[in-house]
Amino acid sequence: MKTNRNKASIPPTAATGAVALLVATRKGAFILKTDKTRRAWKTAGPMFFGHTVHHMVLDPRDRRTLLVAARTGHLGPTVYRSADFGKHWKEAAKPPAFPKAREGEKGRVVDHVFWLTPGHSSEPNAWYAGTSPQGLFRSEDGGDTWAPVSGFNDHPMYSSWTGGEQDGTPDGPKMHSVMVDPGDPRHLYIGMSSGGVFESVDKGADWKPLNAGCRADFRPDPLPEYGHDPHCVRIHPLDRNILYQQNHCGIYRMERSAGKWVRIGENMPKKIGDIGFPIVLHPRDPKTVWVFPMDGTSVWPRTSPDGKPAAYVTRNAGKTWQRQGAGLPASQGWFTVKRQAMSCDAHDPVGLYFGTTGGELWASRNEGAKWSCIARHLPEIYAVEAAEPGR
Amino acid sequence: MKVLIPDPLRSYTEERREVEADGATLGEVLADLDRRFPGIRFRMIDEQDGIRRHIRIFVNGDQVRALDVRLASADEVFIVQALSGG
Repeated sequence: MKTNRNKASIPPTAATGAVALLVATRKGAFILKTDKTRRAWKTAGPMFFGHTVHHMVLDPRDRRTLLVAARTGHLGPTVYRSADFGKHWKEAAKPPAFPKAREGEKGRVVDHVFWLTPGHSSEPNAWYAGTSPQGLFRSEDGGDTWAPVSGFNDHPMYSSWTGGEQDGTPDGPKMHSVMVDPGDPRHLYIGMSSGGVFESVDKGADWKPLNAGCRADFRPDPLPEYGHDPHCVRIHPLDRNILYQQNHCGIYRMERSAGKWVRIGENMPKKIGDIGFPIVLHPRDPKTVWVFPMDGTSVWPRTSPDGKPAAYVTRNAGKTWQRQGAGLPASQGWFTVKRQAMSCDAHDPVGLYFGTTGGELWASRNEGAKWSCIARHLPEIYAVEAAEPGR
Repeated sequence: MKVLIPDPLRSYTEERREVEADGATLGEVLADLDRRFPGIRFRMIDEQDGIRRHIRIFVNGDQVRALDVRLASADEVFIVQALSGG
């Protein structure tokens, strides 16, 4: 892997424009908009009412194209595309699907598209999709037609890496955290809830596990080469050498040049622990990271520890963490924040946003110092993406 | 032949409950349906040609489970959304 140029060419300037939150829920999609002051929010939607929407993403390359991953209780999975920030939508002509199996063989079937990622800035029409069961797909025409990335989906180690059909999270194993190295369009990362973190340096033709140093306490060997459960993985947009992950077994940081995960979650308060779903990176400072801890003890309630929800922030790459609960319920707040349901904008100070499975949307326009609820009574929230749409 | 479309799929048929499609087998009828209403087939038939879990298809009142069932032009195909909770 090339490591001689870690800094991407994007200038680290703060955003100053209006912000939109793209909210994917179990019953449709919503867009919340605010102006550059980020004080008042207006909710639009639902779009795709009744659909299970797992992800809605703005293309940062044109700042007006939206892609949505959807299915319904009865109907199969698909992708919708809007070229005008949601005014009009068109369904993909060929949604992500595994190849038809040969006669006598059992083929895989995409249950839902879970994750959408725009391609590299040098590939304006490229997109990636992660599915359940775990598969990687690529579009080269802006999301209209999708093809399997066979270098992963048909890799000789696929079954070993993913653990087969019986493994996975309750509603199916997820391919998530599909990331393109901002400095190299051929360098890809993926996270799998049943398998771990993997990377490819040849645009998906071949893959290798990237889990050294990361624990998998639920396995006989707690430090296997693969078989981990990353919940959310992020690469820093300005320093491509820095990766963070919130894992089923802790919070980790990796300097890619070192190639080993270091558990920075052990510096969290012991009574809180370092289990959660999302992890959010400051868009300009690679040492600043937010997590939203959940209870990972006993039978894994996956709710805020002791019913007292709070984000935690580190500003020194995980050496120390500070609680950020101002404005959130002081007690009896049993939040669950899923892996795609927390994100940030690029303003200064950074705005932070998270959605709960109880349908509440919370925002902070001062990097987590104070939170306020900007929407409630929405359906179960699956994903929140902060975006800065073009004019 | 006549094909009856359930509510969740009528966004593809301009909200029409009843449409026409041709073919000698159920698979051919669904392929023709997809030519007339692009995208409709994949929402009810998966990439392995399986009828999706919460879709049922009846021909002249009898449930069919495979796409190679032979049909006649006077047959009636009835696509149904099966129960799906929550």
